Amino acid sequence: MDIFLQQIINGLTLGSVYAIVALGYTMVYGIIQLINFAHGELVMIGAMVAFSVINALAGTHLPPVLIVFIGILAAIPVCMLVGYAMERIAYRPLRSAPRLAPLITAIGISIILQHLALLVWSRNPLAFPQIIPFVTFPIGGAIISGVQIAIILTSVLMMGALTFMVYRTKLGIAMRATSQNPLVAGLMGIDIDRIISFTFIVGAALAAVAGVMVGTYYGIAHYGMGSLLGMKAFSAAVLGGIGNLAGAMLGGILLGIVEALGAGYIGDLTNNVFGSNYQDVFAFMVLIGVLVFRPSGLLGERVGDRA
Amino acid sequence: MQGTRFSLAIFAAVAALTLAGCGEEKKPEPAVAAAPPPPPPLVVKLGHVGPLTGGIAHLGKDNENGARLAVDEANAKGLTLGGKKVKLELVTEDDQADPKVGTTVAQKLVDAKVVGVIGHLNSGVSIPASAIYNQAAIPMISGSSTNPQLTEQGFKNVFRVVGRDDQQGPAIASYLASEVKPKTVAVIDDATAYGEGLANEVEKTLKAAGIKVLPREKGTDKTTDFMAILTKLKGKKPNAVFYGGMDATGGPLLKQARELGIKAVFAFGDGACTDKMKELAGDAAEGLLCSQAGLPVQAANKKFLDAYKAKFNVEPILYAPFTYDAANLIIAAMKKADSPDPAKYLPELAKISYEGASGKIEFDDKGDRKDAEMTIFTMKGGKIEPIAIIKSGKTIKFEDFLKTAEAAAPAAPAPEAPKAAAEPVKAAEPAKK
Repeated sequence: MDIFLQQIINGLTLGSVYAIVALGYTMVYGIIQLINFAHGELVMIGAMVAFSVINALAGTHLPPVLIVFIGILAAIPVCMLVGYAMERIAYRPLRSAPRLAPLITAIGISIILQHLALLVWSRNPLAFPQIIPFVTFPIGGAIISGVQIAIILTSVLMMGALTFMVYRTKLGIAMRATSQNPLVAGLMGIDIDRIISFTFIVGAALAAVAGVMVGTYYGIAHYGMGSLLGMKAFSAAVLGGIGNLAGAMLGGILLGIVEALGAGYIGDLTNNVFGSNYQDVFAFMVLIGVLVFRPSGLLGERVGDRA
Repeated sequence: MQGTRFSLAIFAAVAALTLAGCGEEKKPEPAVAAAPPPPPPLVVKLGHVGPLTGGIAHLGKDNENGARLAVDEANAKGLTLGGKKVKLELVTEDDQADPKVGTTVAQKLVDAKVVGVIGHLNSGVSIPASAIYNQAAIPMISGSSTNPQLTEQGFKNVFRVVGRDDQQGPAIASYLASEVKPKTVAVIDDATAYGEGLANEVEKTLKAAGIKVLPREKGTDKTTDFMAILTKLKGKKPNAVFYGGMDATGGPLLKQARELGIKAVFAFGDGACTDKMKELAGDAAEGLLCSQAGLPVQAANKKFLDAYKAKFNVEPILYAPFTYDAANLIIAAMKKADSPDPAKYLPELAKISYEGASGKIEFDDKGDRKDAEMTIFTMKGGKIEPIAIIKSGKTIKFEDFLKTAEAAAPAAPAPEAPKAAAEPVKAAEPAKK
């Protein structure tokens, strides 16, 4: 039982990260129907920037939590800038182009960002300085670490803030209006370009935080870390119903738990025919399953009929 | 060599004639005239290749120093082959640890007519370069390339004086079995040729020792989240865990395991046998076990260590004892064959039995060193430190190994003796300067 509980905790932590990243995919898709494949790289850049900052401050006598906080504060504007530039330079000129063009551009941007990071931070895995004292709390035979609690809490907080922003502020109304019908929203006096840029920036900020969380949790950052994480978060977004905020959150957390339980139990359940090496496969099996049986996702109502 | 000089002279004369009027007719004459009266020593060229620029340039230089020490010692002692006095010359090249550059400089050495090559440092460079030496029928001995493929190509001229990666798995496994004495061991790998191959060897050896091995768990070479796998393992309570993979994944694995409260002993192969583990896993890295092919440099014989320090004013870093031995092996084989001709001394090299700085050296059919040592390290105070040497399946504590190595040094075989006597004088002189 304690093992099961431990796997759920692992899954929740992983799932919170997926959820935060999935939100970025889903927001962009919701507003311009673009799957921004470069979104995972924003997570990577967030982790890398935070690494540089935390590494530089690790020698000082600032409290560790403050150092990580400064790391996050440094990562967010950098990612926002990259997110904005991405939209402005690569996607805006293609907004009225066939949908395939921005999609391929997104893949190109992803490759460019990876290699820029390779040039800046080298190809070696970067080890985060181990500054946060390691504390654990026992719950029902399992243990949860301080970092895990921080990740889950931060994610919940950010999801709450995002939901509030989208459903309770004027900016949120403008975003939803743009997502429903950009043309009419424009006629109502909404500056579409600004709203779209804003969506990218918010998604990038979320990605930056996710990057710092992943980096400090595993203690390692690497220029290629964003692609697989991005693919999984994308699967989570589809699982929940792409374009749907609550769906992305639910999808992320579900996917994290499915992965943890899958890796933990598939070996025993199949008598070791399948092993834990299938961990990464679960995300994509879920993706295929959803696309076959419920193409609009768990919480998605709108079927993809918009262009 | 004299033949070449003669033909060079003819060539120069012909060239001079063709370019009549350039006033170079005089040039070949002094060369020919100068040659006969005091017979100059025959110059025999040995090549050394390693990365002398780039990230591991310090290791390349260390290798080169090892070879240079051997060559200088032989020259100081005097070498006579086939009745002629011979002067050895070390031709050094920089392969930048790059396979492409490696093949280029290999060809350069072949063109320079070296009679033997010591190097390269990296397996990835040694393998393509070995084909070039093979074509030119020049023996090469690597002092540091451990990839099995190097000697699996069927080249008769390729040797190495370090162990092979596939001897590593059995070594770390037998150390685990004899020292840690676990009841159950979990084996994890990163699903690469290196990691999986190593893990398979470990599992085989552990099973042969009657130890229960849990079903294999796998990540990838990019996995950083091992929480699910480790949580599962925690429930099975293994006494030891072996991970076949690199430090970039092994570090997070170890860190997460300790965070989950897994108390088992963790063991790794050479890919994760680096100080980087400390950075990646933090305090969790303390006490890990890992293996490397070959011997740590402190274990080389004292005579070599002293001579090296006296000559270069630095401590040898890693593979210098092996390149020193490699150069000495070529010299010893030439002596036995009484000829610097690769075709004549190659058979002698293949069946040589030589007491070197890194211990006794004999080659098997493939050109691998027989009974090559493997070293087991542990992480102590953030640095990896040798704790044991594995030789022919037997574990020797590192301190004991050092003692026996010291005890064996004075009892070196007869041909070594005059060299040993000559050494202190030579070693003392540069030290005075």
